Amino acid sequence: MNNTIGYRQGKACILTDDAWELVNADTAVDNLDSKVLAWPGWQEQLEAGRLRPETSAVLLGPDVDPDVLAPWIDRLPLIALQFPRFMDGRAYSQASLLRTRLGYTGDLRAMGDVLRDQLLLMRHCGFTSFCVRADKRASDAIKGLSEFDQIYARSVASPEPLYRRRERV
Amino acid sequence: MYKYDEYDHALVQARVAQFRDQVARRLSGELSEEEFLPLRLQNGLYLQKHAYMLRVAIPYGTLSSQQLRTLARIAEQFDRGYGHFSTRQNIQFNWIELEQVPDILQLLADNEMHAIQTSGNCVRNITTEAYAGVAADELIDPRPLAEILRQWSTVNPEFLFLPRKFKIAISSSEQDRAAVRSHDIGLYLYPGDGGEKRLRVMVGGGLGRTPILNQTLREDLPWQHLLTYVEAVLRVYNRHGRRDNKYKARIKILVKALGIEAFAREVEQEWEQIRDGAAELTMAEYHRVAKGFQPPAYEGLSAIDPEYGAWLARDPAFATWVQNNTRPHKVPGYASVAVSTKPGAVSPPGDMTAQQMQTLADLADLYGFAEIRVAHEQNLVLPDIRKHDLYVLWQSLQDVGLATPNIGLLTDLIACPGGDYCNLASTRSLPVARAIQERFDNLDFLHDLGPISLNISGCVNACGHHHIGNIGILGLDKNGEEYFQITIGGAQGKDSALGRVIGRAFQAEEVPDAIERLLTTYLEYREADEHFVHCIQRLGLAPFKEGVYPQQPSVEASA
Repeated sequence: MNNTIGYRQGKACILTDDAWELVNADTAVDNLDSKVLAWPGWQEQLEAGRLRPETSAVLLGPDVDPDVLAPWIDRLPLIALQFPRFMDGRAYSQASLLRTRLGYTGDLRAMGDVLRDQLLLMRHCGFTSFCVRADKRASDAIKGLSEFDQIYARSVASPEPLYRRRERV
Repeated sequence: MYKYDEYDHALVQARVAQFRDQVARRLSGELSEEEFLPLRLQNGLYLQKHAYMLRVAIPYGTLSSQQLRTLARIAEQFDRGYGHFSTRQNIQFNWIELEQVPDILQLLADNEMHAIQTSGNCVRNITTEAYAGVAADELIDPRPLAEILRQWSTVNPEFLFLPRKFKIAISSSEQDRAAVRSHDIGLYLYPGDGGEKRLRVMVGGGLGRTPILNQTLREDLPWQHLLTYVEAVLRVYNRHGRRDNKYKARIKILVKALGIEAFAREVEQEWEQIRDGAAELTMAEYHRVAKGFQPPAYEGLSAIDPEYGAWLARDPAFATWVQNNTRPHKVPGYASVAVSTKPGAVSPPGDMTAQQMQTLADLADLYGFAEIRVAHEQNLVLPDIRKHDLYVLWQSLQDVGLATPNIGLLTDLIACPGGDYCNLASTRSLPVARAIQERFDNLDFLHDLGPISLNISGCVNACGHHHIGNIGILGLDKNGEEYFQITIGGAQGKDSALGRVIGRAFQAEEVPDAIERLLTTYLEYREADEHFVHCIQRLGLAPFKEGVYPQQPSVEASA
């Protein structure tokens, strides 16, 4: 994927070597390695024996319950969540659930209407890579990740609320 | 009052810098209006008919005198010399230039204020009642938990793009003065059997197009679980609330669609997963925050002050003001004073000039403990005044037009800004408010009428809370003409009820006559000193319908 931000050695950077590619579930591709398929197409291909959970990725729309991925959660290298509009905040909750409830530890990617001013919020909810909207530059959007980042509540990225951290000071 | 610590300061300061950058990017065209919109809304900035409007948060309606002076300065320096207190205990400035907003936010941040999340599809300003901490009928001071909720909900990353706005109110008095039943989440705080803090969590209330009072989701929730429980509610709502239709996106629609039992099952299931753990509240945190709400240094006063008593006997105008505009205080010798922002036709409800704000701040320093509250009825409150000082305070308030003795009476009406300012409004509510205040400006008559709430909304969005007014007036557009529909029997508080429509809508100029006929009917039927709303509860709508809409033949006969 182009125009994508990720983390290397704990630092945010623009991924120049990202091999993932989003494909239609019904595309006739021989090899689905490194391909991202939307649910439920991903599952159909899996059942047809045409992909392995270890080498393909799945994209969930905002109305899909992340629980559907429970059987493969330890084997998926990448899960992508879709923001159809950046005002649609369902993927924040999906991300939180994937990380805290399902214990997903692989790469979690934001796709769709992904913009600079929401990247920090996404990171807090457990996203680790960001495919920036095509008409925006990732080199600009990445600045969003270095802005002020103190929140009160707990989040995936900062599992203790501020008051517990305060109490230790 | 709660004082910001280094974290609170850092957050609001960073937010100013962030918004300054966003405004610059908007002005350079780097950000489209569509992308900028939610960013400015989450900083309280609306684009209205004539200019930008900035809504500043006044958390749970509490201001220091210094903060009120800051608001006065903003009104003077950046607006047209006044501000408008809203029904969410906030203040709005109506004539703001986009370029100046970062400077205004800076001024706010330097005085421990902000405009964060006063708009947008996120958790809004947490409200409670204006007499928190001082009311004689209060069970537990709700402000520490309100502040804890304020912090928790501020920039909570998972819940900034909800299906729709989300309003939370908390109250803990015999008489609910925070309208908790018409909130997305209403919290009622009370002592359990052993005196420990417990919460009743109510969900799914709201006014707008589909007015609904909230329903009880859970009783007896120990306070330590407040944040996780609210988190569970919000997560269920964020995932399952409707996003296809703005008018069906509030949580009340989800609760109604699922039914309260099914909704409660979803919430409880979610909550079971998160209830114990890092997000549980700690006693240390409660105490840290509660320190900010310790009672001020009250003097040991006698409950009876002879000089005050003498003034009451000597000056009937003062006695009237005391009767209407003061409330019992839990400390002997003190009273709370409600400062009416509704002097009548001369100024729209909720408006206050910079000069008035400054004077009120000075009076709070002089006679109180430098604290002012904003009530959701758009009035201001001086919470701690010695009864001994009431007479001089009253005189000072009179000098600046802030002593109208009409709290709780007909002319203490609530009105949204309406079509004079608001883009959404379908009618102009302020001229109707003015006409009613002009018609009923006789104080003796108003006092004889007794307590009546009158609420006016300029459109179905119901910002004037017309559904819960004893008399509600709703502006409707019919083929380009303004019409006003009247409901009666609405009420807030423990006996909350939604008003019912009495008949066909009126044109603006007919409204004062219609209200007069309504009131005349009430005076004919009331028993002893029965309140307006109780009279409606007793008799139902029929006699009032007859009174307001006289039969056609008799009208002709009398003509």
